[in-house]
Amino acid sequence: MSEKSSDKSTTNNDISTATFETFETAWCPGCGDHIILTCLKRALTELGKNPHDVLIVAGIGQAAKTPQYISANAFCGLHGRALPAAVAAKIANEDLTVVVNSGDGDSYGEGGNHFIHNIRRNVDIAHFVHDNQIYGLTKGQASPTSQTGHVTGVQVNGNINIPLNPMLLALAMGAGFVARGFTGDPEQLVALMKQAILFKGYALLDILQPCVSFNKINTFTDYKSRVTPLPDNYDRSDLNLALKTAQIFDDKIPTGILYSVEKPTYHAQQAALADGKSLVKRPFKLSAVKNVMEKLV
Amino acid sequence: MALNILIGGAAGQGIDTTAAILEQLLKHAGYYVYATRDFMSRVRGGHNFILIRFGPDRITSHSDRIDCLVALNEESVQLHASQLADKGFILCDSSIPTDDSRAIHIEMTNTAKDLGNPRVFGSVAIGALLRLLSLDLVHIAETLKRHVPSSALDLNITAAEQGYDMVAPRLSEPAGDYRHYLTVSGNQALALGALASDVRFYAAYPMSPSTGIMEFLAEHGKDCDIVVEQAEDEIAAINMALGASFTGVRAMTGTSGGGFCLMVEALGLSGIAEIPLVVCDVQRPGPGTGLPTRTEQSDLRFVISAAQGEFPRMVIALRDQQDAYEQTIRAFRLAERYRIPVIILSDQYLADTTSTVEPFMLTKSAAEREANDNQDLADTTPKTSAFDNGYRNYQLTEDGITPRVYPGHPNYFAAADSDEHDELGHITESPEVRHQMMNKRMRKLDKLKTELQEPRLIGSPKCKTLLLGWGSLMGPLEEAIALLEKDHPGQVSALVFGDIFPLPVGQLQALAPQAKRLVHVEQNATGQLASLIRESTGISCHSGILKYDGRQLSGEEIVSRLKGEIIHE
Ligand SMILES: Cc1ncc(C[n+]2csc(CCOP(=O)(O)OP(=O)(O)O)c2C)c(N)n1
Ligand code: SF4
Ligand SMILES: [Mg+2]
Repeated sequence: MSEKSSDKSTTNNDISTATFETFETAWCPGCGDHIILTCLKRALTELGKNPHDVLIVAGIGQAAKTPQYISANAFCGLHGRALPAAVAAKIANEDLTVVVNSGDGDSYGEGGNHFIHNIRRNVDIAHFVHDNQIYGLTKGQASPTSQTGHVTGVQVNGNINIPLNPMLLALAMGAGFVARGFTGDPEQLVALMKQAILFKGYALLDILQPCVSFNKINTFTDYKSRVTPLPDNYDRSDLNLALKTAQIFDDKIPTGILYSVEKPTYHAQQAALADGKSLVKRPFKLSAVKNVMEKLV
Repeated sequence: MALNILIGGAAGQGIDTTAAILEQLLKHAGYYVYATRDFMSRVRGGHNFILIRFGPDRITSHSDRIDCLVALNEESVQLHASQLADKGFILCDSSIPTDDSRAIHIEMTNTAKDLGNPRVFGSVAIGALLRLLSLDLVHIAETLKRHVPSSALDLNITAAEQGYDMVAPRLSEPAGDYRHYLTVSGNQALALGALASDVRFYAAYPMSPSTGIMEFLAEHGKDCDIVVEQAEDEIAAINMALGASFTGVRAMTGTSGGGFCLMVEALGLSGIAEIPLVVCDVQRPGPGTGLPTRTEQSDLRFVISAAQGEFPRMVIALRDQQDAYEQTIRAFRLAERYRIPVIILSDQYLADTTSTVEPFMLTKSAAEREANDNQDLADTTPKTSAFDNGYRNYQLTEDGITPRVYPGHPNYFAAADSDEHDELGHITESPEVRHQMMNKRMRKLDKLKTELQEPRLIGSPKCKTLLLGWGSLMGPLEEAIALLEKDHPGQVSALVFGDIFPLPVGQLQALAPQAKRLVHVEQNATGQLASLIRESTGISCHSGILKYDGRQLSGEEIVSRLKGEIIHE
């Protein structure tokens, strides 16, 4: 199978597909999304995942096309609504590796409420936000992370809103895994993706992803000059350090795992999931339902 | 014949528990019991009441004429004494001032105080009421056990016994043989139907009057292997239900009209991505917040057209508790068989009304999966011929139905796509494929229409006046027809729709030409069923009986309005 096939059908139907294939994308040449897709494939492969046990979930946007371009189970839902679908899929079938790939607008804007509350839920999924600080698919309006002053077709006098800080918000909400990557450092990105997937609980990885077509401010060169990998001796279990680090987003942007501490997951706490077997694989309990009805006599 | 008890008081006075205990006791005594709730949307104060009608035969409607008024406060006497039958009585605490000759004052509050717990005054009232109704205390202990904490059980029993001794028998009603029947509300019956269907995932955001469904499922979640998730909003709830359903479990969400408004985009996702989904809308009066704890049938036109674009859907209106159970099971089946959203339309009246019903049929078959959706994730052998040349998530088929695979299938990938897509679920803008896919999806309706259930006819097919109703008005319409039989035998019948979209038109088209008058009876202001009938068949109603004050029409009220408007013309 060639690296890029224009026809998803050949592999989608191929019974023997045990590797992650990619398909021809509709992304602009030079877009950071290409790197994210390649890194995602590498991370999943290096973790030894079977594509049939992987579910990629997205909302709508350029980033959200990711599930279309990789041979795995795919759920392309509604704009902003990737997280609810993803967590429920994981709740129903915990044997799946569930990864959300979606944009900054999708994840933090339209889906902002789900972002906040799924941190609290702590379902074991990985959330990769392709953060290009812009709405790509709708051709360049401000996103929640767009920097102040950014002039767009809508923000004609420059964006006047305070940019949303996803790292700080996630930490404040109690997220167990908070990390930032950059498409200009694929080695680091693959490592971050793997750790996010392995992390037990909700794992947020915000990925700086240059949009070559609609974000002329936060370019590859701009990010490249600002990103600063966290030092090897950085203490990922120190929440105060993480909160401090998360506030840095200026001429320096720290990348790496800002915080990683596992807490009880949704599955560990939800009584109905206690016996550890996937809901979808459990037999129907007729006698339990009978008992319920008998109580109403 | 039936007797009618009204228990009235302020929110926080425990009338719900008192009523639940009474309902149980009456059923144990063999009666058929039908109890409706009239609650204000507040936690303290205000005026709430519950009507408990009971007798030896089936009862299908509330009635505003009462025989026993149990007044837990003065306001209840003032508001309801006029509804009291001549032979009726008012049971109230000695502190309530009233010179109504029908009042029976007893020491509820003081007795409870003397017993050391002011909260047992309800049990004093229950004991007294049982005596007044010429009943005994045989079942009091086992009934109270279910409703009061065990530490307070003995005290409550004593309170009931003391109440019993304070009065003498007044009324008596022959009993029936309903001891072994269920007592269920519409919400509970619906939730039971979901349980029987092997629902595994229910996500919702609390909203009256739908919350009872979530609470009931949550109560039994652990025993029945169901995850009940309180979502951050209704948008999350429905998208969660879709995510869960996509993995192969039966999933559902429920809400009232306001929450349904937030769900509509995802309803379309179910339509285009062909993910089976059951959504329940327990209607209350709108628009906006409307009347949160009251009833209306005003979401019909909304739910049949909600969401942008065109896609097949089915809407089933629930007519009574039996329907709530059976149609919920059917909703799961149809959603799965056709890979469509199925909307269950209930309303506050049905949701909160408890009724005696024959124990529901419970067999494994309701939980069995549809042929196109039947798979064992560990089984690698393709189940249907659709898989012979490899699997396509949206394969074009003659009837539009494509078998599903779940994520985790060892050979194939599952794909869901809210963008227009080709057979593989791959995004496309090809005009040909768009055309094919729209036709494929809409084609599913052709087969679905062959499975529609015709409305229920109450009364003779050769009637002069045919009443047209839907949903929870079935019970009141049934009582109205029975009442009219006496003075106008064979003249008035009713056709009550359960399946409502697509609208089954066969029986209507057969009966309408013979009837002199068609009268639609609906709990809304604009006659939504009438307009749907006109749109689907060209048949127009001559007049309508509409009510939209948040209170359900009773059988008696339908009769009096019908007499005023039609029969005397
Ligand atoms: C309910 C709804 N509102 C708006 C849109 C239009 N829309 C599609 S994608 C998008 C923003 C995409 O931005 P982002 O999530 O950052 O993704 P990107 O394209 O930048 O990768 C918008 C506004 C939509 N599809 N649905
Ligand atoms: S518009 Fe921007 S985000 Fe979208 S593909 Fe092009 S470069 Fe990437
Ligand atoms: Mg973006």
